[in-house]
Amino acid sequence: MSALPTADSPAIELIDVSLRFISPTGASLTALRNFSMTVRRGEFVAIVGPTGCGKSTTLNLITGITKANSGQVKVMGKPVAGSDPRIGFVFQTDALFPWRSVLRNVAAGPLFRGVPKDAAYTKAREWIARVGLVGFENHYPHQLSGGMRKRVTLAQTFINNPEILLMDEPFSALDVQTRIVMQDELLDLWSASNASVVFVTHDLEEAIALADRVYVLTAGPATVKAAYDIPLPRPRVTSEIRYQPAFIDISRHIWEDLREEVQISYARTQLATA
Amino acid sequence: MTTDVSPISTNGAVYDAAERAAAAAPRRRRQLILTLRLAILIAIVGGWEIASRTHLIDPFFFAMPSTIVQQLWIWITEGTSQGPLWGEVLVTLEETVLGFLIGAVLGIAFGIVLGRDKLLADVFSIYIKVANSIPRIVLGSIFVIALGLGMQSKVALAVVMVFFVVFANAFQGVREADRSLIANARILGASPFQVTTAVIVPAAMSWILASLHVSFGFALVGAVVGEFLGSRHGLGLLISTEQGLFSPAGVFAAMIVLAVVALAADYLLTWAENRLLKWRPPSFADVGT
Ligand SMILES: Nc1ncnc2c1ncn2[C@@H]1O[C@H](COP(=O)(O)OP(=O)(O)O)[C@@H](O)[C@H]1O
Ligand SMILES: [Mg+2]
Repeated sequence: MSALPTADSPAIELIDVSLRFISPTGASLTALRNFSMTVRRGEFVAIVGPTGCGKSTTLNLITGITKANSGQVKVMGKPVAGSDPRIGFVFQTDALFPWRSVLRNVAAGPLFRGVPKDAAYTKAREWIARVGLVGFENHYPHQLSGGMRKRVTLAQTFINNPEILLMDEPFSALDVQTRIVMQDELLDLWSASNASVVFVTHDLEEAIALADRVYVLTAGPATVKAAYDIPLPRPRVTSEIRYQPAFIDISRHIWEDLREEVQISYARTQLATA
Repeated sequence: MTTDVSPISTNGAVYDAAERAAAAAPRRRRQLILTLRLAILIAIVGGWEIASRTHLIDPFFFAMPSTIVQQLWIWITEGTSQGPLWGEVLVTLEETVLGFLIGAVLGIAFGIVLGRDKLLADVFSIYIKVANSIPRIVLGSIFVIALGLGMQSKVALAVVMVFFVVFANAFQGVREADRSLIANARILGASPFQVTTAVIVPAAMSWILASLHVSFGFALVGAVVGEFLGSRHGLGLLISTEQGLFSPAGVFAAMIVLAVVALAADYLLTWAENRLLKWRPPSFADVGT
């Protein structure tokens, strides 16, 4: 076996990773224990697990913001080191720059990376058109609806051509209808790219509708409870797929696993507040 | 299901009337406020004048609106004892603006650097607390001794007055900058310097501008007190001269000139602030004015 990165090494590998947070008072909290996960190139992976189990922490390990205590985290076959320009990240909270217009928000990545202004704005206009926001170039984020802001966020992320796209509950703040529209939008943009995606959510149906593979995590400390391949054909239309019998079967099957963990996690919060 | 057309048109007319009434309400309210404000002004100024003329209060100590206006008129037409009025205003204004600019630039620069660097912040915070707790206005005496009766001592005092306010706000603004915006900028490819210019400074801008608003007033206080403590020109000296002559009308007249200067500056700063912060959603605070 060779440790050298090759063109066909997986996009992301977490190998037996453990991570403990030490609070300033000295108390320690194990967030991840013996966590292993592999994301193949071009694969769409979803991670589901109860709130607070360590999903965001997993993404932070991949970006290198957080360092593991033991185990290995590899991106494209190499251990993560510092910030990686190939990684795109969509945050749960609204992270658009409120003082920048839509155009300047979308152009932010190329501008930061030294692309000349004209070229950056031309490219930004293309992406604004792709997410259907022509005419809103000069609006500020506060003048847009939640769904429109998410479109800007997607354009802002995809304009950098990320090879790896990490998304932390990106649609959880949206209403149900808007969320489904945005899921289709995301699949559209993703299928035109060759990005490998890790999509964190606590919504099992969202995970199944989007992903090739769904990882179910245990209630903290997180470890992989099970991983499921989702054999639903692509292209998918998320608004319709959830009524297909195959979808419902998969959904029921995974829920059996997830329910236990949610119950454990819920019982803990009950204890904590009792 | 049947549709009836006529009620819609009558409803439309009703809505039109209701909308017109709703549109007229704020206008009437503004007129009411303006009228009440004028009434209060007339009551105070008129009451003061009458009380002085009937010797309810002693005009020798408290002057009268009419003598204040006379004094102002003399200054405008014939100049003050130190020279033409606009010259005195200009001297004070120059000291104020210079002190304000220097103090603001230093305050913003230090605020951003210390806000970005935890170690520097921890080291310097104690000294800034100490410096901030000194009543800074007493430094004016030192400055007059060290820098003389000229402009420098007033500018120095204005700088000191402005610096700490702006610094504290810039520092706070940097500290409160949204973590997720910083993380987003880093992921999008921003260098640490780009994070500072593209995220930290704009995020701190509303804090900084709010402090600039207050601190222009402080700069004016610094300049006037500096002139008061020792100078050859300026509105502070004018006040101190009139005080020496036991002329309350002169003191009040100089106060009015100062108030006009301060209000004009405030107006300018509000205008600049609105232009710089036009990305902000309109807040409830702005609706009333
Ligand atoms: N920087 C940190 N310091 C200490 N504890 C943390 C930190 N980040 C996360 N945690 C803890 O680790 C656990 C997992 O957090 P997180 O990954 O955010 O959960 P999730 O995203 O699944 O809701 C939580 O109990 C959280 O309180
Ligand atoms: Mg999370």
